[in-house]
Amino acid sequence: MSDSMDLDAALRSFDGFARVSQPEAPGMISLRAKTGTQGLAKAVKSVTGTGLPGQRAILHDGPRAAAWMSPDEWLLILPRADVTAALATLSAALAGRHHLAAEVSDARAMFRIDGALAADVLAKLTPADVAHLPAGEIRRSRLAQVAAAFWREGGGISVVTFRSVGDYAWGLLVNAAAPGGELGPARQDA
Amino acid sequence: MTARLATFGRLIDRSARIAFTFDGQSMTGHPGDTLASALLANGQMLVGRSFKYHRPRGILASGAEEPNALVNLGQGGTFEPNQRATTTELAEGLVAESQNRWPSLAFDIGALNARLARFLPAGFYYKTFIHPRPFWKHVFEPVIRRAAGLGKAPKDRDADRYDQAYAHCDVLVVGGGIAGIAAARRAAAGGKRVILAEMTPHWGGRAPVEGEAVEGRTPADWIAAGLAELSANPNVRLMTRTLVAGLYDHGYVLAEETRGHGPVVKRLWRIRAGQVVAANGAHERPVPFPGNDVPGVMLASAVRDYLVNWGISPGDRTVILTDNDSAYLTAIRLAEAGLIVPAVLDLRPVVQGELPDRVRAMGIRVEPGRCIVKVRGGARVAGVGIGLAQGEGAVLEEIACECVAMSGGWTPAVHFHSHCGGKLLWDEGLAAFVPDPARPALNHDGRALVTTVGAAAGVFDTAGAVAGAARVPGQGAPGRIPGPVPVAAPPALRAKMWLDFQNDVKVSDVELAAREGYVSVEHTKRYTTLGMATDQGKTSNINGLSVLGAATGRAPQAVGTTTFRPPFAPVTIGALAGEARGDLFQPLRRTPLHGWHEKAGATWEPVGLWRRPYTFPRAGETTAQSVEREINNTREGVGILDASTLGKIVVKGPDAGRFLDMLYTGVMSTLPVGRCRYGLMCSEQGFLMDDGVVARLGPDEWLCHTTSGGADRIHGWMEDWLQCEWWDWQVYTANLTEQFGQIAVVGPKARAVLEAVGGMDVSREALPFMAWAGGSLDGHPVRVFRISFSGELSYEISVPSGQTLALWEKLVAAGMAHGIMPYGTEALHVMRAEKGFIMIGDETDGTVIPQDLGLDWAISKKKPDYLGKRGQERSHFHKADRWKLVGLDAFDGSVLPEGAYLVTERINANGQKEAEGRVTSTYYSPTLKRGIAMALVARGPQRMGETVHVGRIDGTRVPARIVNPVFYDPKGERQDV
Repeated sequence: MSDSMDLDAALRSFDGFARVSQPEAPGMISLRAKTGTQGLAKAVKSVTGTGLPGQRAILHDGPRAAAWMSPDEWLLILPRADVTAALATLSAALAGRHHLAAEVSDARAMFRIDGALAADVLAKLTPADVAHLPAGEIRRSRLAQVAAAFWREGGGISVVTFRSVGDYAWGLLVNAAAPGGELGPARQDA
Repeated sequence: MTARLATFGRLIDRSARIAFTFDGQSMTGHPGDTLASALLANGQMLVGRSFKYHRPRGILASGAEEPNALVNLGQGGTFEPNQRATTTELAEGLVAESQNRWPSLAFDIGALNARLARFLPAGFYYKTFIHPRPFWKHVFEPVIRRAAGLGKAPKDRDADRYDQAYAHCDVLVVGGGIAGIAAARRAAAGGKRVILAEMTPHWGGRAPVEGEAVEGRTPADWIAAGLAELSANPNVRLMTRTLVAGLYDHGYVLAEETRGHGPVVKRLWRIRAGQVVAANGAHERPVPFPGNDVPGVMLASAVRDYLVNWGISPGDRTVILTDNDSAYLTAIRLAEAGLIVPAVLDLRPVVQGELPDRVRAMGIRVEPGRCIVKVRGGARVAGVGIGLAQGEGAVLEEIACECVAMSGGWTPAVHFHSHCGGKLLWDEGLAAFVPDPARPALNHDGRALVTTVGAAAGVFDTAGAVAGAARVPGQGAPGRIPGPVPVAAPPALRAKMWLDFQNDVKVSDVELAAREGYVSVEHTKRYTTLGMATDQGKTSNINGLSVLGAATGRAPQAVGTTTFRPPFAPVTIGALAGEARGDLFQPLRRTPLHGWHEKAGATWEPVGLWRRPYTFPRAGETTAQSVEREINNTREGVGILDASTLGKIVVKGPDAGRFLDMLYTGVMSTLPVGRCRYGLMCSEQGFLMDDGVVARLGPDEWLCHTTSGGADRIHGWMEDWLQCEWWDWQVYTANLTEQFGQIAVVGPKARAVLEAVGGMDVSREALPFMAWAGGSLDGHPVRVFRISFSGELSYEISVPSGQTLALWEKLVAAGMAHGIMPYGTEALHVMRAEKGFIMIGDETDGTVIPQDLGLDWAISKKKPDYLGKRGQERSHFHKADRWKLVGLDAFDGSVLPEGAYLVTERINANGQKEAEGRVTSTYYSPTLKRGIAMALVARGPQRMGETVHVGRIDGTRVPARIVNPVFYDPKGERQDV
């Protein structure tokens, strides 16, 4: 792979039977609190503009989103510039309530898969049922040997992995999207 | 000779030619040919040699059950051994080579083995080569391995591209014959997501060859209509060239799709199916008669497949040997092609029925109660001797012929019913095992995971196959129990009746095994190698167990069958590996500074999936010189280390202090905000499993540093306790290992470097030893920890990963004036050993408790409990001669051997010298200019100054003195400045 530049360098993209690209990861906050925590829904709304997502759901408001990660964990996505203020907002809104909010923007690598066959790329790497992944659902699963989360967004698929394996994930996606690797039949037979 | 006819050949396109070579000889075929049909069209019946006796082997079958026609395929990077010619599609430029012969296929030295056959019976290797014992490994096995074996091992790296994909469906139908197409239509009509997988390139299975009408239509019309309906349904995925290889629990299925010579050659599908319908047909059985392995003896169904599908004449004259009606179709097709069928020999004493009557009406001679007792010809059938099926082998008549088409009945392919443990029934009518519908493998919901239809279920009638009907037990008259003919053949003839063609197992071998006491079918299989070849006994299983049954006085159902395990047919290893090769073989975790280290010429050490710089050698330096320079520079000036891989877990909540007091052996709840404390974590059994510095971030918030390899494990350990045991404690954790890079600036001049970068007060007063402070260094938000793993003045700086490289470069630039140099893990290890600091994985190995390492000071005596406390109270840990940590100082100043035992003069019960300890860490110390070591030694701390002897691999010993493990700055003055 000639394209293995450092994560901190320029964004990269690859055109195969689908387009794979790596934008800079947006701001992300890992928020832990139980669903019924007083003030939680309001706190999340003030940060992401969305409601509190239900099981396996992701709710969007422009560039911001809130995703359900587990019964007591949420992933809040927002512009990087807003993270510091958002952490202060959460801290104030949930003062005295048991919670943990931590920035994880730098712990993540983000990828996009676009094109009519975007789902084929992912179906080659994850055991999740990508063909039946509805818009508005986030799946925590894996890409080959590493953890990943993904959801449909803007006509394509957004994928998040850990930062340290960003190059591995990039290599996987490029390899999976390489021309000739489509999932349809190689030849038609009667 | 075999040859291509002008008629028949429904699968080939005669308008185009494909060139290929076999053993270097140029041949041609047509699109639609398999390699086997193309070889036959070129008159090539002889295709290989058998495994043991190197007997000539011809093509026996027309599908995946083929035992004989295995070839080396391709060259160089695309070379593949043991490829079945019957399932290999012919392609332009294909290069095939016969196997297991030398120097040539026609003249093979190894065939001498056949002359020695009576000296090579079943179990020959076990009996002959067992003594003397060492000879097996060094003499016998290497020689045998060279002589035996089929295909060659590939020598080059595989040049082909493979991948894998996941698919999900409600119903997976295995096999695209009429039973499979009908099952897929039923499932799809019910709105289910359906995958229909067919291993050949063609739909319809045997129906187009047999020709019988399906629901009133020709097979071709019925199949076309069914496929049209299925392709129009978006919930259905039709897959040809897709071999379903294995069925596993919970409906997990592996299938291999062959995509030909496109960019991706093979694709492994990992399918999650709600339910599986097995419609994968049946395999025809050979008849064990004398000479049944001579090339030209073929399965009757294969003869008609080659004729109808590929227009192959098996020879002018074909004698048919059968015990059932299906082979009469072969006689009919051959006669329709204008070929001669001199006789149909039927083992049954009375032959009646529609097909035999049709054959008789065509003027073909049908001989009930007769069999073949002899085959003329070596590399090719030249004629057969006919005798009584119930007789002893006397030749009543000889008939010249080029081919024998045999049918010993049909064996339903019950593999998929059996892969997950479904049970079988013996069906007397078929003389075969069929799936027991009452005892299938079960799914997670207790319902049948797999249902079997069509011939695989023993349902051979067209209407029943299309309807998905179940086999009616006891249907029809009892079939002939498969067994050798002539029935009363003497031993000499029984030694010429092959059961397993690939592994050379004959009727006489199984009978010998029975005489030697092998009763279990599983034992007999392993003793004789029956069914252990690459075809896994598809053609030999029932014949073999029938022979074993007869030899041990049991019915076949009492003998039972061997276990059916995946894969159904061989799968290419490249497809199983998928993308996991080269750069993608395994994930490589990169720290934010990985690229900088690469450019700086670091050599690497794997730590978990991370790579950490081992050292940064300069031009002309050896590794040892580089490490020594890094250590000296750090001790005397200042060094800089990438500590980003260190685990960083935030623990927060009202019960966080209480939680950490349970997790660590020491007390973390009393740690003041802004301070750090070293802590140990033990398993419930008391063994030390991780260590690190804990910092208190706030009133209810702590940051736990773990070892590099332990971050994920310890985070999982915390969540395990919080979710499963202490679920009512209010504690949250977050693993922030990757959010932050961590940079250690170490050495007497470290403070000057940080001050040069500027932004924080890092004086001893503002930031004393074992304290931490938040702030910013030249605009980067940081936490600076005054902790030291080297014994020197040290600042560990935590900074967001995205800014780590920028801060590192600023520190390096600012440190230039002070001679700053990066150092790697080896310098880190040596410096910690000089200080007597333990390393998880060196001083610990899962049998060591903290008390063994003199870490009692880090264990709270006051706490009522912590994880491991009870385990550590076991009496064994308190024995006086427990091995405990000390330092070792070799008399000669040398570096003691790693992991070496400390040997005594005492001899144990096994006649070995007793050990009284072992070396756990050993290095050359550039600081002390001699070797230093740590060791676990019996009563070690009470034996300071005593001499012990460290054993070397060569048997010599090095005397060493027991000393304090802290070799350098024992008072700790240097780190606290």
